[in-house]
Amino acid sequence: MPRGGSLTKLAYYSTVQHKVAKVRSFDHTAKEVDGDPLYEISVQEEITARLHFIKFENAYIETCLDFIKDHLVNTETKVIKATGGGAYKFKELIEKKLRLKVDKEDEMSCLIKGCNFVLKNIPHEAFVYAKHADSEFRFQNTHPDIFPYLLINIGSGVSIVKVESEDKFERIGGSSIGGGTFWGLGALLTKTKRFDELLQLASRGQHTSVDMLVKDIYGGAYGSLGLTGDLIASSFGKSATTDKEFSKEDMAKSLLHMISNDIGQLACLYARLHSLTRVYFGGFFIRGHPVTMHTITYSINFFTKGEVQALFLRHEGYLGAIGAFLKGAEEDNPNQYSWGENYAGSSGLMSVSPDLNPMQRVRSGTFDMLEMDRLERQLVNLPLLQDPSSYIPDTVDLTEDALARQYWLYCFEEALDGVVNRAVASQPDLPQAVERAEKFRQKYLHKLQTLRHQPFAYGSLTVRSLLDTREHCLNEFNFPDPYSKIKQKENDLALRYFQKVVRSLEKLTWEQRQFALVKGLLAGNVFDWGAKAVSDVLESNPEFGFEEAKHQLQERPWLVDCYDQWIARLKGPPHKCALFFVDNSGIDIILGVFPFVRELLCRGTEVVLASNSGPALNDVTNSELQILTERIAAMDSVIQAAIKEDRLTLVQSGSSSPCLDLSRLDKALAVVVRERHTDLVVIEGMGRAIHTNYYAALSCESLKLAVIKNSWLAERLGGKIFSVVFKYEIPPQSPGLRR
Amino acid sequence: MASLFRYFQPRHLLCATGLVVAAAGTAYLVRRLRKRAELQEVPREPEEPTNPCTSPSPAVRTVEPPSFPWFGIDIGGTLVKLVYFEPEEEQAEAENLKNIRSCLTSNVAYGSTGIRDVQLEVKDLELCGRMGNLHFIRFPTQDLTTFLQMTRDKQFSGLHTTLCATGGGAHKFEADFRTIAGLQLVQLDELDCVIRGVLFMSSSGPSECFYLENPNHPEQCFLKPFQLENPFPFLLVNIGSGVSILAVHGRDNFRRVTGTSLGGGTFHGLCCLLTGCSTFEEALEMASHGDSTRVDKLVQDIYGGDYDRFGLPGWTVASSFGNMISKEQRDLVSKEDLARAALVAVTNNIGSITRMCARNENIERVVFVGNFLRGNMLSMKLLAYSMEYWSAGQMKALFLQHEGYFGAVGSLLELLKSS
Repeated sequence: MPRGGSLTKLAYYSTVQHKVAKVRSFDHTAKEVDGDPLYEISVQEEITARLHFIKFENAYIETCLDFIKDHLVNTETKVIKATGGGAYKFKELIEKKLRLKVDKEDEMSCLIKGCNFVLKNIPHEAFVYAKHADSEFRFQNTHPDIFPYLLINIGSGVSIVKVESEDKFERIGGSSIGGGTFWGLGALLTKTKRFDELLQLASRGQHTSVDMLVKDIYGGAYGSLGLTGDLIASSFGKSATTDKEFSKEDMAKSLLHMISNDIGQLACLYARLHSLTRVYFGGFFIRGHPVTMHTITYSINFFTKGEVQALFLRHEGYLGAIGAFLKGAEEDNPNQYSWGENYAGSSGLMSVSPDLNPMQRVRSGTFDMLEMDRLERQLVNLPLLQDPSSYIPDTVDLTEDALARQYWLYCFEEALDGVVNRAVASQPDLPQAVERAEKFRQKYLHKLQTLRHQPFAYGSLTVRSLLDTREHCLNEFNFPDPYSKIKQKENDLALRYFQKVVRSLEKLTWEQRQFALVKGLLAGNVFDWGAKAVSDVLESNPEFGFEEAKHQLQERPWLVDCYDQWIARLKGPPHKCALFFVDNSGIDIILGVFPFVRELLCRGTEVVLASNSGPALNDVTNSELQILTERIAAMDSVIQAAIKEDRLTLVQSGSSSPCLDLSRLDKALAVVVRERHTDLVVIEGMGRAIHTNYYAALSCESLKLAVIKNSWLAERLGGKIFSVVFKYEIPPQSPGLRR
Repeated sequence: MASLFRYFQPRHLLCATGLVVAAAGTAYLVRRLRKRAELQEVPREPEEPTNPCTSPSPAVRTVEPPSFPWFGIDIGGTLVKLVYFEPEEEQAEAENLKNIRSCLTSNVAYGSTGIRDVQLEVKDLELCGRMGNLHFIRFPTQDLTTFLQMTRDKQFSGLHTTLCATGGGAHKFEADFRTIAGLQLVQLDELDCVIRGVLFMSSSGPSECFYLENPNHPEQCFLKPFQLENPFPFLLVNIGSGVSILAVHGRDNFRRVTGTSLGGGTFHGLCCLLTGCSTFEEALEMASHGDSTRVDKLVQDIYGGDYDRFGLPGWTVASSFGNMISKEQRDLVSKEDLARAALVAVTNNIGSITRMCARNENIERVVFVGNFLRGNMLSMKLLAYSMEYWSAGQMKALFLQHEGYFGAVGSLLELLKSS
């Protein structure tokens, strides 16, 4: 709990009870009866850990303490960690009210701990601010190695800290001219008391009436030194030589420039001395204020000529609280887990400028929140990424592409009714399904509205983040798996055709069979409840079958067509091991993926099937896939043998998203991939191969295939609906080339 | 010439000079003098001696000294600095030259805003074979037009049609000099002039350069002379309205490292706004009676003592004006306290930036000049102390007696050399 000048930030850990969908295999020793479902679906309570961060104004400190008191379930707790100036100020109040000992933690260590935590765990945490660009916020990719960096904390004063590793940091400098100077001097000069009012004043002012510029001295630029006429030669210089009244706005603006430039200059001098290029800015002076982010960015650009970028953090305001919390939780070793931002529970980054954000006024006084879900397993990079530091999962950044943004926001809003209906239908026996579904609708609609105004609220806006936000919101209202019954039905149906499909494939010649297998993969992939066009067809015509889907496919040549290269490759030696990221349940996995996998196994290639850890749309989950594989093995000797001999392995991806972030995968998957010397990666489906990873460069051969089931996207890529992408890539100097 | 100043409007006397512009900047190799065509014909020796007319180089020795009067002018953002060489009397001296001599040397104040800094006068100086006294005069830049009108009325231009000038005003007011006073300005690069002036003055008298011993001790702080004989490399920090920081590696080998807009103009301007004072001297006087620790938030105000984790002593200023965010504290402080806080903030900031530049440039010797330091022992002590303390004794702050006049001296030297 860090207690800054005017805001209190509270971090706490909770266990969240929520519903999860479980599948359980029936006992299949008894002879199977037609009509029996394949497996049992149950909704169970599960307890997961969640980190909550809330912040509120100090005026509400008592309310806050009451809140903590009500939520202190763990009676073992004897100590509360606090940091920041107020930790001292409110110590007595806290100890009296909570009957807990206040343990004061060093502010800077908390800050650094928190900073390391968010940089490591939250994708798109850091951003560059560009006031006049199309997208104000440009998010940075999570870099695999976050060290070393410079943190410039602009509180009442300025601290400049060099961070070299998790435990090693050093305050290399500082300055007394900081946020307190802006506030204190600003209050004296303008009689304006509040910090944000001062910023408002500054954003309306003209500093040139107060500052002495180069042109005021030279009459123009000082060309031989490269100093332009508009540069400030002397801050407040005109107030020394002119007898006139200056407006509050102008003085506030001049003060803002003076302080921002000064800090920027010092930051650059320190960055240069220590050869650091990553410089993060934080502290209350910065905290989400576009005005100061702009002036600091300007100053850094000026002094380093663009060599160093000023970086800001989405959760900067929480760093101290996160750090203090982590210190308190050190025995739990929180760093052994991975964490994911919960979009449903986080209020997101807000622009505080009223012109930019009309919703800001409504929000002031409300609690700002950040929630992080603890993932039970560690997430790591796919070892086969060519360059993890430049990997960007998402194909289109909607924060930068306004047209695409409008389309997708509209598209998700259009599809919302269907999702709500599906959610209600999935829980016919559970209480308040309709009410909860309605709440889900409101929440997701609100998120979409927010994103319309503030596309950068949760980092880069992407189709993936829109999909993930929807999943998080569904979970929030206890719809853990709205597609569970549909998946079950489809899996059941598809299984009945498996042997027939395999038999007919076996009758084909080798060349014919390879084509049929690829077509089967693609046709299976048409069955995707995520795409609106498909769910329309499926809901209106349940007979739409596998064969029909094949007819819908685009004839070769496909939109992206590397089929000939793929066949040429297949004529060469078999791959050592293929990693297959699977997509949908039912026809896709059973009639599309399994026959394809079977062929690979017959060639002598080991196969690792990676499926989602948790449900998302109609994607097959790891636990469903285990049951399906068992069932298929029971009727197919090739699959059975492969399982027995450990040539076919199932792993969970660590994800619960319809998309795929190859930089956040289950650690066990990474281990298997490395151990088996995986030399082929197959990524299937729109979410994983088009919306994400379309441009992902891997260090081994890869196959990205999908059917474009969205006419807008198809058009954008230069095709029509049901266009086929079959992208086979060989990295430079791959063993595949040396045949 | 006395009458020149008599007509100045009774505006407040402005002081902190804007000799050199600051604002900003990065490493930029300063281009050589922006000379006029006729000046460029004069060959320049790479290593000239300090006194241009006593050069051993035969090429220069043959040069005839220019006709009198000898002036050098530096027009800054706030102050105009003028140096005047008063030669030993000659019988054949023209009438108007005599007038200038008597006007300038028989007064110490001109009008209400012009000042001759008598204590800085250099007596019995030999320049180009002539003995004489060097006088240092200043007046506010905003009174320049009045000065030009006087020059016209006194037909000063009958003697000279060109005047060596530097500072921003040499560019800004070039047309005014021509149209109002009939004077052609020879515009000289101000950094070049300042460095020439510094090198000349520090070699012309033993007491020009000094440092402070025990700067933090109220009773035992002494000025100690320093021989700046082999000065290179050194950092030259010129604090006028703004601040320029130059890395000087040799007479003709220097560059502007950076600058800051927080300079003398900032201290003076903030004091005007915060206390209602008007002159730099008033602001300084107030500051000397104030207590900045009531205005500033110190490390000990936050941590109750030293912040050991980072080796910050309790007396370190954590936030300049940081206490002023509270209404109660605002009501408690005096104008003097505010003036002192402004002085401390500006001075310490210059100290920090200078220290960082010195480390980046790998230079240990730092010379502070500029009119911000005129009569400003408070700032000199602060700079001396902070340079020494935060560099663990490695860096030394040096000061020069003629604080803000080096640009003007440099332009006078140009006049003598180019004749």
